[in-house]
Amino acid sequence: MRAEKGIFHKIDWVLVGLYLALVITGWLNIYAAVYDESHRSIFDFSQKYGKQLFFILAALILALGILIIDPKFFSQFSYFIYGFFVLALVVVIFSGREISGSKGWFAIGGFGVQPAEFAKMATVLALAKFLSSLDVDIRKGKDLLTASAIIFIPALIVLLQHDTGSAIVFFALIIVLYRAGLSGYVFLALIALPVLGVLALVVPKIILAGALLTLTLLLLLFIKRRLKNILTLGAVFLVTVGFIFSVDYSVNHILEKHQRDRIHVLLGQDIDLKGTGYNVNQSLIAIGSGKFFGKGFLQGTQTKYNFVPEQSTDFIFCTIGEEQGFLGAGLMVALYTLLFIRLVLAAERQRSKFARFYGYGVASILFFHFTINIGMTLGLLPVIGIPLPFVSYGGSSLWAFTILLFIFIRQDSFRYQLV
Amino acid sequence: MERLLANRKYIIIGFFILVGALFLVRLFYVQILVDKYILSANNNVLRYMTQYPARGLVFDRFGKLLVYNEAAYDLMVVPRQVKNPDTSALCQLIGITTVEFRKRLERAKQYSPYRPSIFEAQITRENYGYLEEKLFLFPGFFVQLRTLRKYSFPVAAHTLGYIGEANPEVIAKNPYYKSGDYIGISGIEKSYEEILRGKKGMKIRVFDVLNRDKGNFREGKYDTASVAGTDLHSSMDADLQIYGELLMTNKKGSIVAIEPSTGEILCIVSSPSYDPNLLVGNIRKKNYALLLSDTIYNPLFNRALMASYPPGSTFKLVDALIGQQEGVITPDTRYGCPGGFSIGNGKMVACHPHPSPLDLAGAIQISCNTYFCRVFKSIIDNKSYVNTRTAFENWRKNILSFGFGKKLGIDIPNELNGNIPTANFYDKYHGKNRWRSMTIISLGIGQGEIGITPIQLANLAAIISNKGWFYTPHIIRAIGKNDSLNQAFMTKRHVNVDPSYFDVVIEGMSLVVTAGTARGAKIDSIVVCGKTGTAQNPHGKNHSVFIAFAPRENPKIAISVVCENAGFGSTWAAPIASLMIEKYLKRKVTRKDVEERMINGNLINGKLPESESGKRDISQD
Ligand SMILES: [Zn+2]
Repeated sequence: MRAEKGIFHKIDWVLVGLYLALVITGWLNIYAAVYDESHRSIFDFSQKYGKQLFFILAALILALGILIIDPKFFSQFSYFIYGFFVLALVVVIFSGREISGSKGWFAIGGFGVQPAEFAKMATVLALAKFLSSLDVDIRKGKDLLTASAIIFIPALIVLLQHDTGSAIVFFALIIVLYRAGLSGYVFLALIALPVLGVLALVVPKIILAGALLTLTLLLLLFIKRRLKNILTLGAVFLVTVGFIFSVDYSVNHILEKHQRDRIHVLLGQDIDLKGTGYNVNQSLIAIGSGKFFGKGFLQGTQTKYNFVPEQSTDFIFCTIGEEQGFLGAGLMVALYTLLFIRLVLAAERQRSKFARFYGYGVASILFFHFTINIGMTLGLLPVIGIPLPFVSYGGSSLWAFTILLFIFIRQDSFRYQLV
Repeated sequence: MERLLANRKYIIIGFFILVGALFLVRLFYVQILVDKYILSANNNVLRYMTQYPARGLVFDRFGKLLVYNEAAYDLMVVPRQVKNPDTSALCQLIGITTVEFRKRLERAKQYSPYRPSIFEAQITRENYGYLEEKLFLFPGFFVQLRTLRKYSFPVAAHTLGYIGEANPEVIAKNPYYKSGDYIGISGIEKSYEEILRGKKGMKIRVFDVLNRDKGNFREGKYDTASVAGTDLHSSMDADLQIYGELLMTNKKGSIVAIEPSTGEILCIVSSPSYDPNLLVGNIRKKNYALLLSDTIYNPLFNRALMASYPPGSTFKLVDALIGQQEGVITPDTRYGCPGGFSIGNGKMVACHPHPSPLDLAGAIQISCNTYFCRVFKSIIDNKSYVNTRTAFENWRKNILSFGFGKKLGIDIPNELNGNIPTANFYDKYHGKNRWRSMTIISLGIGQGEIGITPIQLANLAAIISNKGWFYTPHIIRAIGKNDSLNQAFMTKRHVNVDPSYFDVVIEGMSLVVTAGTARGAKIDSIVVCGKTGTAQNPHGKNHSVFIAFAPRENPKIAISVVCENAGFGSTWAAPIASLMIEKYLKRKVTRKDVEERMINGNLINGKLPESESGKRDISQD
């Protein structure tokens, strides 16, 4: 038996296969996105695609490294790893470099490394550790508070670095809390609030409040009119109305100007096609012009004119949409969805609670990145600069996502041994 | 309870699928259902328009404009945006065949399908008018404003140089240059390229499908402004340059004039030359080929910097200076001349009849070969040195201090080194220790393996007029508004000869003009100091050489004139030099008869009068 326990023993090859498919797709599309005739070779290391190849090779080495490490290591040291990265997040505020408006970068040997990317992994580890502890019940207020603290402390620090995108991603872990037993109402409320928030910005507040009042009164007709229910409904009404007013306030007073602009553009309130709305509009033009079959590899025109900024990083999905068409872009969406489903199913088969919650954490984080990134590219969400996992250009994010995923693959391969 | 929670996976998976499905629907809508995005893709096209800065102007020493710019228009093409144009109509507009049209389009595509490249360069203002009206019919084509280089006077082509499109090697080496950019290729256009060119800018504009300008891209946020090139103030005297080229009509040769006190070049004539406006714009390629194929006149060859001649008798001045410095002669040293200088085996360096013996000034005045062979012999056989080789090396070192044998380092490209033979050369040629002063005696009279360029000769005149020093000659005296000149042009270079040894040489040169071999160079009221020379030419008739400076006190101009195949220095080179001096110092020439004879003299095709093409091969200069 021992002889069989090589590093590939009981590996989930479906996950590995999906991972590799996404990574390679990303590389080819980065090549397509920054392609120009003077640097034709895909192995040209002066170009982004050459560098990405290097990042990929390094990521594969990292993955192999994780497959060698004893899986118990991650659960045993999860709080330590968490503490380390929270500290790194604090340090980077004071000593880090600023890249495109975000301060959260360390310069390590010529590469920019963003601790926020790795902090997600650390937070998932710590949360899984906490939720899998004996006596912890998320339905208890104290434990919910602790779990929330684990999630939101790093999120807040990241927000201080002006990296709103990464901060929002931490919210993804509410999915893990839900699976751990968080009330479905709270979960629903957390999903409903962003929708309400958007409505608060689009619809005049008085009309929205009126609509909510009408809804509340209608509900009153249908529910059992017990005092408790009436009070609850009244409380919910007051909270939601308070929420819509506070959303308006925070958008106009707390968000940075460029973020506010992006939200306004998204909501169609400020159609300035050469201003802030430019990215989204050009992104849609690029994708739309791909039609069903796409223009073909390297044949994109919109992307070649540099219409779409940040083509190889946050807007990489444009290149796919333009050159590979609905077929390619749809396949991409399907690949991701398969990855998330597979992660959930794999998480469910874990006997170890830690491994299960960790698996859910991985799925949630990747899912949020996917949703925000493609939602932004398709003009459904505000432009929040976060990478598409495994596909966008950049070493820091690729390495962080690879570690995040492969720690789970490692746990999963030991699912029969670990309890 | 746990099982109940496990069921939540269905809700979570359902949520994931819901989002995936939402994206698919959105993609379907954007990519397949609506056309508006496809139309938009065709509609707006960003055009990166390079903003070419105006190239710096060039002025002469009196502020006359020498080089300036004129507007021209390049028709540009972005191959990807070309949509089955009515080629015949466009061809008609710019006057090319449809075959040529396709060829050019293919070439542009090979450069880049989506970056603009020049389709037709430098359309005239008038044709541009027609084209502009019709341009909206041809998507993918647009017009870019460029400037054409123009030269005020049809002179100084070699010095001013020309500009042309940067070639692929330059583009590969220097990231500043892109295809279609202009770069200085010769003359000061080349040597001052980075100052003249300025800095390119970039404007990004949005165009619609009808090729209409829809304005700046993002309010010009990404635009960069161009920076105009810096003007150059040349030390050239345009009038003198024009006059020099006139005098050199139908002659091969060169005139170089320098202001001794500053090293500023007043004119550089290389004849035959060409009108610099021939190498401008889209006529450049054709004309360049024509000029290049002219192997008889060889107009592209800059003789003033790139032709190296044996200096002939003008070199005797250097002998006189170094002889004194080495202590082998004094101004009073007298040598008799028995009609030549015997070098053994019955051979001799002949001399022409003249009074004998002569002192140093007299020997310069009548250019006695015997005298200077003896001076040179004394320098090489000087007992202060251990052997011939050491004495020779020392002599060579002194010669190099005059700026001979090596580029002077002027600010015009392609200067030649010239040649002062080395001891090693003679070792190889004759064998080690197998050569003596007599073996190389011809060096003493400026013949043999020695080669000096006309600018080095003019510089020799400047050195003598300054009594032992010079500034590296240069044609640009100021860059832009401040006098930020290269330090190399503001550093005095001293020759290895004490200033006190120059007086007798200057006296001799003065006698050359008043009573010696160059009486034709005499100008009333200006004391001209000069020296004639005859450069041996193994391929034909000897070259006529003359160097001079004037006035004797406080000299303002030092000059060298070389007339190829013109025989003695006194016949052509000296009168031309004196006319140049008169022109420069007096701004007008009164000796109209001399002027006319010089201008009309045809030394290329014409026949010389019999008396001047005589058989006297040994110089009487
Ligand atoms: Zn003599």
